[in-house]
Amino acid sequence: MTTGALYETKPLNCWAKAKEIREEYYRDYANAHENGGIRWAGGAWTFGAIPCGLGDDVWSLTSEPYGASIAANKLFSLRCLEATEKAGYARDLCSYMRNYWGSILLNEYAFGGPFPKPDFIWQDHICCSHAKWYQVVSDLEGGIPQFCIDVSVGPYHEINELKLDYVVGQMHDGIEWLQKTTGRTYDDAKLIEAVYQECRSTALWAEISCLNKAKPAPLDEKTMYSLYVLGTLMKHSKVVADFYEELRDEVRWRVDNQIAAIANERCRLMSDTQPPWGFLSVFRYLEQFGAISVGSLYTFGLIGMFEVKPDGTWGPRTTPQEQGIEITDREQALRILADWNLSKPEWQHFYSPHLKTEMMVRIAREWSLDGVILHYNRGCEGLSIGIAENRLGLIEAGYPVMTFEGNMGDEREFDLPKTTARIDAFMETLGIKEI
Amino acid sequence: MITAGIDMGSKTVKVVIVKDGEIVGKHMLLAGFEAQEAAETAFAASLEAAGLTADDIEAIVATGAGRKNAPHTDRDITEVGSGAKGAHHLYPAVRTVIDVGAEEGRAIRCTEDGKVLDFALNEKCAAGAGAFTEAMSRALEVPIEELGPMSLQSQNPTPMNAQCAVFAESEVVSLLHARTPKQDIARSVHDAIASRIVSLAKKVGFEPEVVFIGGVAHNPGFVDSLERALECKVIIPEDPEFIGAYGAALAAAES
Ligand code: SF4
Repeated sequence: MTTGALYETKPLNCWAKAKEIREEYYRDYANAHENGGIRWAGGAWTFGAIPCGLGDDVWSLTSEPYGASIAANKLFSLRCLEATEKAGYARDLCSYMRNYWGSILLNEYAFGGPFPKPDFIWQDHICCSHAKWYQVVSDLEGGIPQFCIDVSVGPYHEINELKLDYVVGQMHDGIEWLQKTTGRTYDDAKLIEAVYQECRSTALWAEISCLNKAKPAPLDEKTMYSLYVLGTLMKHSKVVADFYEELRDEVRWRVDNQIAAIANERCRLMSDTQPPWGFLSVFRYLEQFGAISVGSLYTFGLIGMFEVKPDGTWGPRTTPQEQGIEITDREQALRILADWNLSKPEWQHFYSPHLKTEMMVRIAREWSLDGVILHYNRGCEGLSIGIAENRLGLIEAGYPVMTFEGNMGDEREFDLPKTTARIDAFMETLGIKEI
Repeated sequence: MITAGIDMGSKTVKVVIVKDGEIVGKHMLLAGFEAQEAAETAFAASLEAAGLTADDIEAIVATGAGRKNAPHTDRDITEVGSGAKGAHHLYPAVRTVIDVGAEEGRAIRCTEDGKVLDFALNEKCAAGAGAFTEAMSRALEVPIEELGPMSLQSQNPTPMNAQCAVFAESEVVSLLHARTPKQDIARSVHDAIASRIVSLAKKVGFEPEVVFIGGVAHNPGFVDSLERALECKVIIPEDPEFIGAYGAALAAAES
């Protein structure tokens, strides 16, 4: 332990592995054709388990994490954004989408080489940008077959069989479409395996997030970004589920041994929405006050699947395999997949900011927070909608809130000195001095 | 106890010397490129005004955007903390502090004992700050100190649509070409900034009493716009631009 530090800290043992999985993901997608495989593109929210039925050589590029990867490379991002603007697209559109389109327009892949054109698009529609994103991709690439699933069936607490039928019916149609488009025969056993793995990986991420309720927190949000991202790439993959199991064990060990993410934790915060990816240094800035962002609804609930446990607190959702459910056919697999995904916490607030406030207040309470830092993210209409309402709800629940404006994927809309000045003032109002 | 507060603002440096809660010396200078040097000079001048020497000062606290570069300081506090402290010390009934300086406008909500409950700052653009009025006075070719009194003579205020200082400047030019009286344009400028500041105040849930600090509080035209938009009177301390430095000096007495 460093002299004067409250807690021992230690880098994660499985850190390098997470990096490796991510690099391999982007490499596999780019090299898919050379290896006789297929490439598809779609959002991180899409039902990625379904194309798995086409074979083991089917590789995806999920759009939002790709847009974020570009954003983290400020110079490339700027070129992408400018290329998109030059092509006539407005500057106030989703910045992930603009980065992504720019990468196509420049014909440059963020991980080297030309942009690897997908063979088909497999998407769902969660926000207005989602609906248009791949229409433009298809246009720019000279026409790519695409299938989109409409998931607008309302929040999970209102789900019923009819609503599930609506989504599952589209999934069935989608499988027919996949077979026709690729000329491959669909393998239900591979779908079933992917559904099991998706439930496993997303429940494990929820469990890891819940381990961060511990004081000191074993993980800080900046680190979590590099870990949860694997779920946004391929939540249905055994590689990710196995990794999350290994990570869960390591994080549990950290909790048992009081290994902290930061040495002087004395103020626990959460953020909200995607961060300004080019400026994650903001999270390190907090550390000089002994402040840590232990996560957010975004970091926990975009990939993690939760349920309310008998004691009333959030815990990982019980997987079908834990319930002893054996999936035997396509219909059952699709139904479970639809039900599972529609319960995603991050999905709920597309229907009402009050649902989001409820979840945020729950996190604030259960993760023992001292305050909240909200990113008024101009880059994402989907996750920012109602955020000012959330602020009021959190204040009403007794949590001090700081806001800052920025953009997850367009650094031109973020002001670092002003944001750190706000953090200084916020810390002062919380009575926290620099260490 | 004798303490000093140094407010390293983005445009000016203010220093006050405080003895047992009372200001006994103060000085303000343009920060320029050598803000540290300006702070040294202002510190020496305020000591002279107080009839004291540096050895008499028991503690010094800095505030303002450039506070990390202030000379001689024991510690620093933010503009939010110093503004609230200074205003609350002078007016214990204050619940909302509005602070409009050269580059930033802010609203601060305080508790009965002066603790900051919430704060809101204007975002990147200058639309909620003194720099906006300066840009507009240039566009109108009117000295800045005349802009306020001039706007009070407005007979026929014209709403200004632009929210950004750059666009507002071209709007001012268009209004001039349309032969809109300068008095009306000046009033529109103040109304536009006031509406930005009031939205910050509403964000923190403003309630009276409201104390208005910062250099822009000297502008009677802006004060008039602000009071109309807030629908309440604001209290303006004698030296509104020194309240941040005063709050810092009070904080020094606590450390
Ligand atoms: S606006 Fe937000 S929710 Fe919509 S596609 Fe972009 S990142 Fe996703």
